[in-house]
Amino acid sequence: MDMTQTLMVALVCVNLAYLAVTRLRSLTRITAVQGILLAAAPLAVLGQDPHGHATTLALGVLAIKGIGFPWLLARTLSRLEVNPVVEPYLGFNVSLLAGVAGLLFSLWLETRLPFPPGLFPPLLFPAALTSIFSGLALVVARRKALTQVIGYLAAENGIFLLGVPLSAQGSVWLELSVLLDVFVAVFVMGIALHHINKTFESIDVGRFCSLRD
Amino acid sequence: MDALAHLLAALLLAPLLPGIINRVKARLSGRVGRPLFQTYFDLARLVQKGVVESETSSWMLPLGPVVSLATAAIALTLLPGPAGPSPAAFTGDFILAAYCLGLGRLALILAALDSGSSFEGMGASREAAFSALAEPVLFLCLLALAADAPDISLSGMLGRGLTGSLAPERLFVPVILFILLLTENCRIPVDDPNTHLELTMIHEVMVLDHSGPDMAAIVYGSSLKLWFFAAATVLSVLPVRAMPPVAGWAVFLAGLAVVAIAVGLVESSMARLRLIRVPRLLGAAGTLAALSLVLTVWR
Repeated sequence: MDMTQTLMVALVCVNLAYLAVTRLRSLTRITAVQGILLAAAPLAVLGQDPHGHATTLALGVLAIKGIGFPWLLARTLSRLEVNPVVEPYLGFNVSLLAGVAGLLFSLWLETRLPFPPGLFPPLLFPAALTSIFSGLALVVARRKALTQVIGYLAAENGIFLLGVPLSAQGSVWLELSVLLDVFVAVFVMGIALHHINKTFESIDVGRFCSLRD
Repeated sequence: MDALAHLLAALLLAPLLPGIINRVKARLSGRVGRPLFQTYFDLARLVQKGVVESETSSWMLPLGPVVSLATAAIALTLLPGPAGPSPAAFTGDFILAAYCLGLGRLALILAALDSGSSFEGMGASREAAFSALAEPVLFLCLLALAADAPDISLSGMLGRGLTGSLAPERLFVPVILFILLLTENCRIPVDDPNTHLELTMIHEVMVLDHSGPDMAAIVYGSSLKLWFFAAATVLSVLPVRAMPPVAGWAVFLAGLAVVAIAVGLVESSMARLRLIRVPRLLGAAGTLAALSLVLTVWR
């Protein structure tokens, strides 16, 4: 079985799982799974690795996206002591259907965009785009601020996946620095979540509507 | 002869599957359990009994079990065996098989409504709701199988194993078929076949008013249906048709036993889902089926 193909199908499944789960704890676990799969992506996609760039990138991603973020998110979750259920604006089954529609759209889009032939391995582009879509769906269709952080992460993971085939040209350091930026962003978001929780006694973003001057 | 062998085996061995499931469940909870052949004993006992029918019911009540048994047998006839295609295979036969199972269910639902009991009506309503959700999933799954089959019939689609370059999306098909097996055969996590509380029952509450040979037809029919889904699951994974007949048969029967054990393991390790969450399980299965179909067609 082709390693890259399996990885991409697994990533598509993870993207759909983001939309289907009902527990915040499960969402953080899915983030970990996606991080680990993404760490395998440079190794699978870039293949031959004479300078050790792919390995460096894979280790960086594994440390930050596979272990760091899920740990930070789980820690935030346990400290906030919020209701562990994901509260959706858009139902779970409808979200899943939207996810499949997003996959269909990205498969169609891949045939329409003028990519240099051989740049993306099969299924990488749809997997990356559905990850971005799932992330956006988590941001707009869920009530809790924590799911929005996870949505941001999922979208960023999609962008990272798009960058993996390009990092063969020595842009591995750029990728790593982006990784560091994202790490800081999630760190700051964790602090912001604490403040939101303290001010509103909830992390439900719907309550922001009650803000007055 | 090869063609009829599978049908004969199914008719003879189908009641063994519930026996295996019950034995696994019993062993895992530290009991000895019922004999493996208990379903055969039950059938023999039920056939010898008389039928008691409510005065308010009509001809529909005895018709339901007969239709459900007949349709399950027809669906099984269309399923290929491990050594050869089905004797009745034709292009598009999977639609007939799916709707035969649907017709059997409809007959049982009508019989349940005919009995006039409010509990049975409730069970019928739930059965109809869940099977309406399971049907599109089954069709999506069959379409995914048909997308690269040499022949668009159950015999062409099944028994080739996970074909081609072993594309990863094909791995979903047996998983979906297994979820459908649990749903269609009223197993945990969708329904509990052992429950005795009418309010929570789905399938079992529908058949409360049947007795004697009618009940035997229902029990036997549901064994055949279980065999249908278990065999479809096995045939979607294992390339039994490419093996020599004896090896194919051995692997097929072992596969069926593994599926039955897996059902027993699921039933022992999981609680029943809340009724409201069953559509979500089927939605997830449907998404997997759609994913499998999209990726198969896209290649």
